[in-house]
Amino acid sequence: MATEVHMHGRIGESIKRKEDGRFLRGKGNYLDDIELPGMLHMAILRSPHAHARIKSVDTAEASKMPGVIAVVTGELMAQHKLAWMPTLSYDTQAVLATDKVRFQGQEVAAVIAETLYLAEDARDAIVVDYDILPAVTSPEQAKAEGAALIRDDKENQKDNHIYHWEAGSKESTQAAFAKADRVVRLHTFYPRCHPAPMETCGIVADVNPATGRATIYMTSQAPHLHRTVFALVAGLPEENIRIISPDIGGGFGNKVPVYPGYVVATAASLLIGRPVKWVEDRTENLISTGFARDYHMTGDLAVDKDGRMLALRVHLDSDNGAFFSDAQPTKTKAGLFHIVTGSYDIPTAHVTADGYYTNKAPGGVAYRCSFRVTEASYLIERLVTNAALELGIDQAEFRKKNFIKPEQFPYQSATGWVYDSGDYHRAMDVALDQLGYTELRKDVEERRKKGEVTGIGIASFTEVVGAGHGKDFDLLGVRMFDSAELRVHPTGKALLRMGTKSQGQGHETTFAQIVTEELGIPAADVLVEEGDTDTAPYGLGTYASRSTPVAGAATAMVSRKLRDKARKIAAHLLEAAEEDLEWEVNRFYVKGSPDKAKTIQEIAFAAYSNIPDGMEAGLEGVNYYDPPNMTYPFGTYAVVVDIDKGTGQVKVRRIVAVDDCGVRINPMIVEGQIHGGLAEGFGIAFMQLITFDAEGNCIGSNFTDYLLPTAVETPRFELGETVTPSPHHPLGAKGVGESPTVGSPAAYVNAVIDALAPYGVKNIDMPVTSDKVWAALRAAGVNE
Amino acid sequence: MFPAAFDYRAPTTLDEALSVLKQHGDEAKVMAGGQSLIPLLKLRFSRPELVVDIARIPGLNGIERDDGHVAIGALARHVDIERSKELAASAPMLQEAAHWIADPLVRNRGTLAGSICHADPAGDWGSVILAMHADVVARSASGTRVIHASDFFKGPFETAIKPNEVVTEIRIPVAMGRNGGAYLKLERKVGDFATVAVAVHVRLDGDRIETAGIGLTAVGPTNIQATEAERSLHGKEPTDKVIADAARLAAEAAEPKEDVRGSAAYKKDVVRVFVQRGLKTAVARAKEGRR
Amino acid sequence: MKVSFTVNGAERTGDVEPRVLLVDFLRTNLRLTGTHIGCDTSSCGACTVLIDGEPVKSCTQLTVQASGRAITTVEGLASGAGLSPIQAGFHEEHGLQCGFCTPGMMLVANALLERNPNPTEDEIRWAISGNICRCTGYMNIVKAIKHAAAAREAATAAPREKAGATAAGGK
Repeated sequence: MATEVHMHGRIGESIKRKEDGRFLRGKGNYLDDIELPGMLHMAILRSPHAHARIKSVDTAEASKMPGVIAVVTGELMAQHKLAWMPTLSYDTQAVLATDKVRFQGQEVAAVIAETLYLAEDARDAIVVDYDILPAVTSPEQAKAEGAALIRDDKENQKDNHIYHWEAGSKESTQAAFAKADRVVRLHTFYPRCHPAPMETCGIVADVNPATGRATIYMTSQAPHLHRTVFALVAGLPEENIRIISPDIGGGFGNKVPVYPGYVVATAASLLIGRPVKWVEDRTENLISTGFARDYHMTGDLAVDKDGRMLALRVHLDSDNGAFFSDAQPTKTKAGLFHIVTGSYDIPTAHVTADGYYTNKAPGGVAYRCSFRVTEASYLIERLVTNAALELGIDQAEFRKKNFIKPEQFPYQSATGWVYDSGDYHRAMDVALDQLGYTELRKDVEERRKKGEVTGIGIASFTEVVGAGHGKDFDLLGVRMFDSAELRVHPTGKALLRMGTKSQGQGHETTFAQIVTEELGIPAADVLVEEGDTDTAPYGLGTYASRSTPVAGAATAMVSRKLRDKARKIAAHLLEAAEEDLEWEVNRFYVKGSPDKAKTIQEIAFAAYSNIPDGMEAGLEGVNYYDPPNMTYPFGTYAVVVDIDKGTGQVKVRRIVAVDDCGVRINPMIVEGQIHGGLAEGFGIAFMQLITFDAEGNCIGSNFTDYLLPTAVETPRFELGETVTPSPHHPLGAKGVGESPTVGSPAAYVNAVIDALAPYGVKNIDMPVTSDKVWAALRAAGVNE
Repeated sequence: MFPAAFDYRAPTTLDEALSVLKQHGDEAKVMAGGQSLIPLLKLRFSRPELVVDIARIPGLNGIERDDGHVAIGALARHVDIERSKELAASAPMLQEAAHWIADPLVRNRGTLAGSICHADPAGDWGSVILAMHADVVARSASGTRVIHASDFFKGPFETAIKPNEVVTEIRIPVAMGRNGGAYLKLERKVGDFATVAVAVHVRLDGDRIETAGIGLTAVGPTNIQATEAERSLHGKEPTDKVIADAARLAAEAAEPKEDVRGSAAYKKDVVRVFVQRGLKTAVARAKEGRR
Repeated sequence: MKVSFTVNGAERTGDVEPRVLLVDFLRTNLRLTGTHIGCDTSSCGACTVLIDGEPVKSCTQLTVQASGRAITTVEGLASGAGLSPIQAGFHEEHGLQCGFCTPGMMLVANALLERNPNPTEDEIRWAISGNICRCTGYMNIVKAIKHAAAAREAATAAPREKAGATAAGGK
């Protein structure tokens, strides 16, 4: 038997990242680093009011100011039929306001000038006359009798209701509730927060009058989809649009929507004939771009006297802002929320959802939410812990009693999902063991006797990612496949181009490793490119943890396709029959004669110099992968907290996070993703909030109000893993990027609720700030 | 995100600075580290016609013992205070407070003088100079004034400093005998302004408290000196009850507003808890010789 | 106003309005785009540079304020084709994902290790508490800085006879 070659970068190896070099040297090519000859700068004027009629927009003074090339208003955009644009949820959104402004921060006008300083100076000189209208700032207000009508621009819109949506079975769920021994209810609010990547959104639009081509640099997580949208919205022929998504400084769903600024900059470039750059500042980012969550949820869990879950009923009211622009698959209105039965074998469930317009920024699907799975997971994990506390059963035991069992997979849930694989008991046991749960529980009891306020929270989430199978998943009608195109050069190096777009997830390394595994070319020799729509195969982009499940699968498939061709070439070179060849790591050898072998590099050269008759030259291919199903990563997170009785401050003493995302391609990168998501979950649980006062003024539109945790507050994370491969994915891999943001908020909050349970506290809505904890303690007579 | 246009002068002597302020004080803003002023300029909340940068004036960045006080120069940065051996020996409470200000990057530029002149009621130094019964020295082209800390703060972002004046130093009295202090701050995260903070300092005479200083941050239109609470401690043995009573009085002196950080009741209670904890710590430090 | 300073060891000059922020001068006038802008309230630290060796938010400094000083940006960390110990630490320990906060983090780390060659985890976290990261959860950034501290200590502890040889692999 031939000695196995050690190949650097195969699946499972934590090789260092190939893309690091440019970032470490400060040579990343982010959007704002791009400078083109003749480039102009755009600044957007935004509405200070949440809801107001526009009486007049006076740009005369601004137009005369130094360096100003153009001032664009809604009226001008309307002349070009660009004042409104379609959203990803089949609604319309104002590009520049014409009749009314509908949220504080909405785009009203834009100044294009030689420098950004001059553009902002001129922006200050635009005078807008508003007639203020009452602001609607919640679904409750939106549906109230006599509420102001926000979307009076829509012909058939008589109120502020957007959609009604249901999943599961009303009848069987009702029947189960009627027979239940106990029903536990939780009403909870998942507040509006924001992904806030370190880099804000931006565009450099270069519509070249000489060539007719539009080269658009854009912070885009989905460049091809955006190209198609631009073609439809701006009426530019799609072959003349080239979208280049350069290095992106974090996405988290913030860079999926098409923002008005993109459209205005492109229109401006078209009209002026020079490149136009628009980069939003942080306030614009927080006040107007795709926020996350804002779901008011009520969950009822029916259990029998033995603690077995019988049924789940959930209603949610969604606050969608002024335009329905959720970036989600079109067949759903509440994303994948109906995964809400989570890790539990619940025979029947019924979900109802209603969406409402409010005078706030549009959005809702963002911030590592897996299309609303964050909301669903939060609800079920909080409800389950509350139920356990109410029933007097240990949180972990109650979960284990009701977990879907390993032998039940593939598991059909009460709302129609087919979970591919899982072993929830094992992940739970690993987490409890790593935490030292039994001893810690005793320790909690001891500390409580001394008057300390301390608790342990658990969350066992099941995620659903990898959108998705074309018949069920599309965005604006474009099915959610994804793609990989692989080309091997004569010297045995390779170029891999994909339809996804990394914003820091390490695609240049991870996907190279798939080629290494399948085709034996070392990861160092595989160049991965994404983001240029002229060269990359069509894909739906990177968000909702879909890259590994879909484009990763495509990479495996195309690599195997090339390996099939390589086998034929090897047979030709070795003068053997194809069936007599074995593949091992990076070469084909003749069965029984291991030294009669050809490496992939030799085969690659032969593909250009010595191919069998009738075969096309080259060694390349493309795969468009339509996933047969979603993948279902899962895990158990456990958090220990100590609470300061004097101030209400919560300190996370420990957090153990056990994740199962199937086969891990690069464990180092997977762990990095988990660290990041656990930190975001921490921020969401304890400090992040975008809220509005009665006039609709946004509180949380800069980093002094919208709080991001620093290295001092952020806890240290202890990670564990189990591996339950996906049976349908070519590599057995599942997605993972969003698992920690999906699973951790409930774990953090459950720990606080567990700590306060002895005082009768059942719920504190996020963010669980010290004043709320203090109030709960004082109400229970606990003092320092 | 950028300032509106302004003129800029960077005098290299104090006299030059004072002469400029004499002429243009009303339209000018004095800048040392710029960590409070520049953010306001960028948001265009402040639009002075002239910025007078005093950072190039020599001799203003010292932290020196002089007679019965430590003189902290106008250009002494928060980080200089954090690292000062002199203050470690004579007034370590200032170092505890410095550690809590903003974040490490801001502390490399911002100054104590600039901070108190900015007079944000959520600023930490204001409470420290109140608790330490400090003096502020201000100079103009016409002469020098010494302003006691308790006369310094007039309202939110308003001080006794006139447009033609520059603060040149802050004098922290150095106590003889056993003394100790503490600075406690509740912030939602590093870099946030205080939800509540308290500065506490005590001087012991034998077993009793001779004098006390208590300054409160972020619970009123200015930093607040809790004078009644201070008086309640004079001449008393620092028992749990005495301390608890003083803490209650301090809470009563606070006038916090309800906002995203919490209700007024919450903030008052944190004042109480912090003054209680702070006094215990200050007394313990005084007793063990650590100040 | 005329300004001049040394940037990454080289003399650079300019003529700017007083209101021009240092970060804009570096990025636009000097085309050193490794220093990033992440916010508008001086809250995030993405714009961190070293001024006379001390980390400062360049978005909260006027260009004219910095005139006459020595500025170091991320572009000045490495010399030639190699990586500095800090950069190598970030690479080895996966201390960066999207890379946007990384220049600021590395400069702060550099200044920290100059002053405190063997910091504890708490000291590291405190030192970087003015720099926000959204991707890493800080875990690997802490590891990266510890890695760099160990590497620097190993380099200075190297036997003296090696000091005579060209310091290609040294600090």
